[in-house]
Amino acid sequence: MKRALWIIITGIIVAVLVVRTASGNMESPFAGIEGFGTWFAALLTLAIMSFLYDDNPLYRFAEHLFVGVSAAYWMVMGFWSTLVPNLLGKLWPSLTAQLFMPGLADTTHDPLWFMYFIPMAFGVLLLLRLFPKGGHLSRWALAFILGTTAGLRLIAFLTADFMGQIRSTLKSVAGLTPAVLPGGSPSFSFETMFWDLVAVIAIMAALCYFYFSKEHKGSFGAFSRIGIWVLMITFGAGFGYTVMGRIALLVGRIEFLLRDWLAVI
Amino acid sequence: MNRFHQIVEFVNDLDKRWVFLVVGLAVVTSTIFRLTFPEIPTPMVRSVYEKVESLPEGSRVILPFDYDPASEPELQPMANAFVRLCAERNLKMYFIALWPLGQNMVAGVIDDILQTEYPHLEYGRDYMDFGYKSGNEGVVAVILTDIKKLYTTDAHGTAIDSIPMMAGVRNIRGFDLILTVSAGYPGLKEWIQYAGTPGNIPVAGGCTAVQAPLLYPYYPDQLVGLMGGIKAAAEFEALVAEAYPKFQEDKDRFLTALVRMGPQTVTHLAIIFFIVLGNITFQILRRKRQQEALKR
Repeated sequence: MKRALWIIITGIIVAVLVVRTASGNMESPFAGIEGFGTWFAALLTLAIMSFLYDDNPLYRFAEHLFVGVSAAYWMVMGFWSTLVPNLLGKLWPSLTAQLFMPGLADTTHDPLWFMYFIPMAFGVLLLLRLFPKGGHLSRWALAFILGTTAGLRLIAFLTADFMGQIRSTLKSVAGLTPAVLPGGSPSFSFETMFWDLVAVIAIMAALCYFYFSKEHKGSFGAFSRIGIWVLMITFGAGFGYTVMGRIALLVGRIEFLLRDWLAVI
Repeated sequence: MNRFHQIVEFVNDLDKRWVFLVVGLAVVTSTIFRLTFPEIPTPMVRSVYEKVESLPEGSRVILPFDYDPASEPELQPMANAFVRLCAERNLKMYFIALWPLGQNMVAGVIDDILQTEYPHLEYGRDYMDFGYKSGNEGVVAVILTDIKKLYTTDAHGTAIDSIPMMAGVRNIRGFDLILTVSAGYPGLKEWIQYAGTPGNIPVAGGCTAVQAPLLYPYYPDQLVGLMGGIKAAAEFEALVAEAYPKFQEDKDRFLTALVRMGPQTVTHLAIIFFIVLGNITFQILRRKRQQEALKR
């Protein structure tokens, strides 16, 4: 019964699509690459959305296709935008300009051009992970990447997040709002001061909730309960924003289906 | 069990697919009927607008498009609005992408907006595209001191030195604004951490709604203004349309976020209804179970 119902529904949908396409109300899948692309994208969208009903082979096909295409695209982009100009272009500029990048005007060697053999060697070491023997050598390159990233991020975090946030909070608690327009001076308001004091107290309360070296009793317990409320409000705001983001994506896909594919709006 | 409790039990056990169906129908119907609601710009969005408006003609603005088609419905309206406002103000636009597919989003904006609506603007003189480079925040850190260390050519393979608007530009320290559109890592946060704060360059921009709560702490000191998700994009469009009335003529083309806020509002009402309904049924059933336990 259920199977028959699905066959009837699918038949009706296909019939409507055929009639609308034949009457010229929507683009035909055989009308060039654009028409085929629109139909293919629409059917893939429906295949992905079908997961909301249940897992099925169409969904899995669309998912695997997406992952495969993304990985391939990423690899090609990496080669043409990074390896060619930043490695080959530095090591062999004339040859690179001749073979890959006619726009590369400066074909002279950088004074320290030979240094680029180091990242090339590290790149090769990374690929050794694919081989059963010598895979451990990739750890050298990984160690370099981890060390560099950690160092880079630590400095940025200390400057922008740690020091920057303390400075900004102190300014705000003093009631000062930075000028938006160039040449303007910071403005003072009691409202800014009040809300920033609320923010500081809220942060302290949330931190108290995660402080487990002291029993959560008395005034400390009451303060940490305020912290729970702060966390709940934060999660609520995060959830609201997440819903908005996901619905925006759904609206985008529905717009595509209704306008570009079905041409009903 | 009386009829009321049967209904409550039925609602409590409702298959989640019915919720999906209602949400889907809410989006489809409100999209077909093109429902729109007025938008009142919030201070954070107004700050972004005022910052761009305050820049003198010819100011240099770097526009990182750090997103891909997965977040296009949410971010494309604000990216379009940014570019239109910059073009109206005759600012020099430098596009860049830290996401591989960001380069395609830049190409789309150049084709659909700059070449179509502003044909008098010239590539290389009024706007240019650095293209995509891998390296995430490393790219930002490098171009803060020396652009040419990483970018020898633009996205089309043209030598950087032969592009007129690159004359005299060594790094991004001299830029007047970083105006980003960001969908995650690397994105707005990295531009604040590695360029805005250390280079003392004003940063403003938009991000996906999911990211917004994480970026609020940077406002207003390290971030001039923040636009979170489609709602903020709609507010920004309302501000632009108010200042440039020609954008009110074709809502589907120029005010896409405003148009998309209609389905958004209707769907939110449906979701709020389900949340309230779920909580009521949960409380009723909990009370019933407590009463049954007391009787036993």
